[in-house]
Amino acid sequence: MNPNKQVSPLDHTCGLDIGRIRADFPILQLRIKGKPLVYLDNAASSQMPQQVIDRLVRYQATEHANIHRAVHYLSETATGQYEAARCKVQQFINAREAREVIFTSGTTEAINLVMQGYGRKFIERDDEIILTTLEHHSNIVPWQMLAEEKGAKIRVVPINDSGELLIDDYQQLFNKRTKLVAVGHVSNALGTVNPVKEMIAFAHQHGVPVLVDGAQAVPHMAVDVQDLDCDFYAFSAHKLCGPTGIGILYGKAALLERMQPFKGGGDMIRSVTFDKTTYATIPHKFEAGTPPIAAAIGLCAAIEYVSAIGMDSIAAYEHELLNYATETMSCLPGVRLIGTAPNKAAVLSFALEGIHPHDVGTLLNEEGIAVRTGYHCAQPVMQRFGVAATARASFAFYNTTVEIDAMVAGIRNVQKVFA
Amino acid sequence: MADPKALYQEVILDHNKKPRNFGVLENPTHHAEGHNPLCGDHLRLTIKMTGEQIEGIGFDGESCAICKASASMMTTVVKGKSRGEAETLVQEFRDMAMGKLDPAGPHHMGRLTVFAGVRDLPMRVKCAILPWHTLHAALNAVETTSTEAVNDPMEVS
Repeated sequence: MNPNKQVSPLDHTCGLDIGRIRADFPILQLRIKGKPLVYLDNAASSQMPQQVIDRLVRYQATEHANIHRAVHYLSETATGQYEAARCKVQQFINAREAREVIFTSGTTEAINLVMQGYGRKFIERDDEIILTTLEHHSNIVPWQMLAEEKGAKIRVVPINDSGELLIDDYQQLFNKRTKLVAVGHVSNALGTVNPVKEMIAFAHQHGVPVLVDGAQAVPHMAVDVQDLDCDFYAFSAHKLCGPTGIGILYGKAALLERMQPFKGGGDMIRSVTFDKTTYATIPHKFEAGTPPIAAAIGLCAAIEYVSAIGMDSIAAYEHELLNYATETMSCLPGVRLIGTAPNKAAVLSFALEGIHPHDVGTLLNEEGIAVRTGYHCAQPVMQRFGVAATARASFAFYNTTVEIDAMVAGIRNVQKVFA
Repeated sequence: MADPKALYQEVILDHNKKPRNFGVLENPTHHAEGHNPLCGDHLRLTIKMTGEQIEGIGFDGESCAICKASASMMTTVVKGKSRGEAETLVQEFRDMAMGKLDPAGPHHMGRLTVFAGVRDLPMRVKCAILPWHTLHAALNAVETTSTEAVNDPMEVS
């Protein structure tokens, strides 16, 4: 079977030519165990189109030097491309200014930057930080480290049986000691899309800033940080068809300016003597050392790629895929879907009765099907649903209903093996 | 290379479905808990030793089929064995799972060779080893162990 030729009618909805899109991704031509690769682990990391690969090659072959350093041609070229990438990100998330966009190594480092630069400066003993049950470990552990250091408290918004945040409970957590809310835009384990705009508005009524972990949202929907009015927004390039090793922290300029630097080093200073060092202005204050220049340029190309397809079209098509997968899987006996919120991104977490997810993952791999199994760096979510682990299929705009059918056939086969 | 699918063969599926020696022994002389934090597998072993001999052994916990079948078969094999014999099996099983055991050379794996295929599934090796790892901990009076532990008893050997 050639998955690029087998495109069902649904795959022409939402104005996307999926066959052509698939042709952009060389990795989708791979065969695993003699079967066409069915890559359904996009929430962990998405694949890279040839356009981004070519851009990375062109940069390394003809444009590379260190940035912000020398007056020679290559350094000026690289600096120009790196700063152009910053502007591209600014436009993509509709930040007010380019200096509000900080390059980090990924979402995790972006959150840690806020913990170190904002949390350690402004959060004190007995202050409270609001998180939610749905958070990825990367939006839990930094805050626990801060709470332990400062003697601050973590308060947690609970969820219902569908995997939705209980907003009444959220609102009741606020008091005069509340200093920060850190919430995921989309749950990586369940796919729930949280009502972050309303949550931010409520927090602001109490004068509390909000950090949004957008790692799972940015690849799947149009995000406008000014419309959300979030104070911080973090995401990674590698889930957005870009390279690993680079992510973004958006922060409101007024907040970033008040924060202390995260790392010390070159490129983040204005002047250095052994008596006193003064720091550069934002965003450079937070970008010590040589940054991942190639990765920033790759991210820029990835944003150009997905923007040309259109984030709204991507969201609409992935929603069709999710609906198709949810309906098909609901018809299978012995399948429990975990996370059934009405407003979800393209993530389908499930458990098979009497079969451990790791056995599901290993046997699906034999059919060339890549799903994630485990606790998805979100153990509190697993505990809430009383499971140690789930299997998770997560879709991107290059997936097809044919691939979902292959997964369902694979699941039937797993059930047969264990019958 | 062995077909990993063959790993899910009748004998393993049977032990997964009907685990032998499943349960907790009362008044054990030795016990240990094993965790694989990477996948959430959790296993508890209780052992009754008379002198240097394993007289009784039971296990329970939550785990994948590979881990559960490995634990079940392990209990049937080590029951009645001496501590020294059990430790030899622990070492040989570990070597086999990691592809370091010469199948043609002298060894005592017997029907445990159905697990040899995990060597081709690096992410699943720890599932198969966890029960043996936990047995080693119990015999050496380590109460809890983990496939990721700093004081990993399997790593020092």
